[in-house]
Amino acid sequence: MVPLSAYVAVSAVLFIIGLLGVLIRRNFIIVLMSVEIMLNAANINLVAFSYYLESMAGQLVALFIIAIAAGEAAIGLAIIIVVFRGKISTNVDEMNLLKW
Amino acid sequence: MEQAFFFYFAFVIAATSVLVVALRNPIYSTLALLVMFFHVAGLYVTLHAEFLAAVQIIVYAGAILVLYLFVVMLLNLKQDVRYHRQWPMAAAVGATLVIEAIILTAMKGSTTPAAATDTETAIGGAGNTEAIGDVLYTTYLFPFEVASLILLVAMIGAIVLAKKDIGEREA
Repeated sequence: MVPLSAYVAVSAVLFIIGLLGVLIRRNFIIVLMSVEIMLNAANINLVAFSYYLESMAGQLVALFIIAIAAGEAAIGLAIIIVVFRGKISTNVDEMNLLKW
Repeated sequence: MEQAFFFYFAFVIAATSVLVVALRNPIYSTLALLVMFFHVAGLYVTLHAEFLAAVQIIVYAGAILVLYLFVVMLLNLKQDVRYHRQWPMAAAVGATLVIEAIILTAMKGSTTPAAATDTETAIGGAGNTEAIGDVLYTTYLFPFEVASLILLVAMIGAIVLAKKDIGEREA
């Protein structure tokens, strides 16, 4: 029997890795992938608690998170394409379109 | 046996997510992310969330990841030569969070979770998919409709953003 804390530990490690990815990578696409990693960490947490508390609510919320993640990926990648079309670098530290 | 599966999935998830963040070639990062999604689905199976595991593979590995791969190859991205300038701050934040996670998971609190008191807890003899459908279309009907609205907005937004010049063709 795997304890609940083991799943929470996996989720915490995954979230920290995703957060570090958002902070240290310059490529916008990798930053978006790191956001997906963090969403997956939240999902693992929700499903683990759903199983150990014998409640369906966690799995339902995880399902909604997956739907939101799909929308987020579509919008984020559309923004990347728009930025790239304007001959601007897709590195986050060189994107200063809205800075004045 | 169960523990062996858990440790395999946990180890591969941690290793491949590190690869996603650390690899310099975006295509390799995307493929590492694919492996990670499959193993997260495996972790869901160990938690008896079979429907969510299937959705994870279909939506994440099937749809979202193909979208990422498509954009990475479309834009012909170069390899990243260095990390962001703010990496010392990121290291500080990461170290703080790691210490906090270690303290929290090492603490021996009351490990017996409170018994489920919700009326919606219906994990009975019925299958996982049936139980999810039962709750989704009764208790969570309104969030379900809102999620569909969000997907519609995301679809229209992506089309409007990525389209070249709206209104040019009518002129």
